[in-house]
Amino acid sequence: MASSTSPITEAKSNAIEVLSAAKTYAGGVKALLPVDLKVERGEFVTLLGPSGCGKSTLLKMIAGITQPSEGKVVLGRRETLPSSIKSNHPLDDQEQSNYSEPKLSFVFQSPTLMPWANVHKNVRLPLDLAGVPKEIADLQVGQVLETVGLTDFANALPRTLSGGMQMRVSIARGLVTKPDLLLMDEPFGALDEITRHKLDEELLALWEKNKFTVLFVTHSIHEAVFLSTRIIMMAARPGRVTEQFFVPEPYPRGSDFLVSNGFMQYAQRVQASLLKASV
Amino acid sequence: MEISLKNISQVIQKNILPVALGFSVLIGWEVLVEYFEVPPYLLPGPVLMFKTLWSDRLLLGSALWVTLKITFFSFCLATLIGVLLSFLLVQSKQIERALLPYAVLLQVTPIVAVAPLIIIWVKDTTLSLVICASLVALFPIISNTTLGLKSIDPDLMNYFKLNKAKRLQILFRLRIPSALPYFFGGLRISSGLALIGAVVAEFVAGTGGTGSGLAYQILQAGFQLNIPRMFAALLLISLSGIFLYSTMAWISKTALKDWHSSESSGDES
Repeated sequence: MASSTSPITEAKSNAIEVLSAAKTYAGGVKALLPVDLKVERGEFVTLLGPSGCGKSTLLKMIAGITQPSEGKVVLGRRETLPSSIKSNHPLDDQEQSNYSEPKLSFVFQSPTLMPWANVHKNVRLPLDLAGVPKEIADLQVGQVLETVGLTDFANALPRTLSGGMQMRVSIARGLVTKPDLLLMDEPFGALDEITRHKLDEELLALWEKNKFTVLFVTHSIHEAVFLSTRIIMMAARPGRVTEQFFVPEPYPRGSDFLVSNGFMQYAQRVQASLLKASV
Repeated sequence: MEISLKNISQVIQKNILPVALGFSVLIGWEVLVEYFEVPPYLLPGPVLMFKTLWSDRLLLGSALWVTLKITFFSFCLATLIGVLLSFLLVQSKQIERALLPYAVLLQVTPIVAVAPLIIIWVKDTTLSLVICASLVALFPIISNTTLGLKSIDPDLMNYFKLNKAKRLQILFRLRIPSALPYFFGGLRISSGLALIGAVVAEFVAGTGGTGSGLAYQILQAGFQLNIPRMFAALLLISLSGIFLYSTMAWISKTALKDWHSSESSGDES
């Protein structure tokens, strides 16, 4: 059920390969010790750990928002090299690479919507930036809004929506490009328990339907066990990966899974590991 | 229908206090002036002030037109130059470091001290006045717009970069909309400053014997001890300032009310 060694997987089926990537900030603060991590296509992997364990840093390194100080990140075939041997302009590697890259979407901790644009235009943003013709883009936005249940709110401005609905818009924006890889940085962290669970369930349903890869950052044990096929445990000071757990429970996972003995056992193990990591 | 009636009553409720206060002050002023028989060359009552405003309407009207014209042109010039400079300033830290001290220098140098020079250098009186007033109105536009162009949600910026947004896309889709609330704040301050700048510059030019704006009329009325006309001109300047400020506030509210918290009523969210 639980294992602490990395599984050896076929390189070609990996969505993410983190190869000894580490992050040291100017001034010598070690945000993240070298991490080796492989995520297979279609997996739902959660990064779980206390504050300051570098889970967001790792996620941002994988996205290419932050560059690793050493080691590298390979996405599909795209490589993110250490910042020391390339220009410091972020995301330059995308232009330098000759390889086709996986479609990546990032969902931030806050909804990060444009307050001046309505829901429809916010969701259409990635398509607009990519130069997708307006008619096609509008069609795709209509579909994704229906998927997340926001069709009636297409013309609403973000500030008129609740926190949960704003997050849903953010997820719709993440899904509209039909990504292969969805990176989520504590997306439901600021929501109340009921809304959070509802969105967890919706996310799982979308993942089962669309078969994309998800890397999900959270500090909630329950959320991690409920969602993931695998949990990567991290510890703080310095940030590092300590352990990993597989959750080989079948999907769809409903509310009954939350109250099952199996769920409790997973949660207890993860909690024990988290306590150990927090020392 | 019901809604519009409700709106009207809300407008009345909102404005009834300041209007009532204004009227009480005017009535009190008139009563005191009458009671103590204050001579009009010391302090004219409001009735005399309004009477003078009416009798001198042609003279004061054309003077008002001159002042408003200078204010308007200098406000437009300051807005144009201020916005262009702000775009330049946010291009790189080096440009900002090089230019900002001079923008501050511009702000801290009193216009009264610079105006005589400009009036001597620039032959055309109207143009010289417009330049003076623009100098006064420029700084708030630069500082506010620059701040606005830089005040971007860092995660939203990351999102744009993740989606490989081009420089122009970031400018038009992110930087400019984010800067709008700050820009409108700058406009509000600058509209008043353009008027102040125009009046101050006219005073300087007026002392030299040239000019035809409201400040010049105030100077002339002062020389002739025509205090009621002075008050009438002063009233016109104040009203112009209020008009400019409210226009800018209205534009800002119309443009931002839907999405920016500074312009939307609290009960909406």
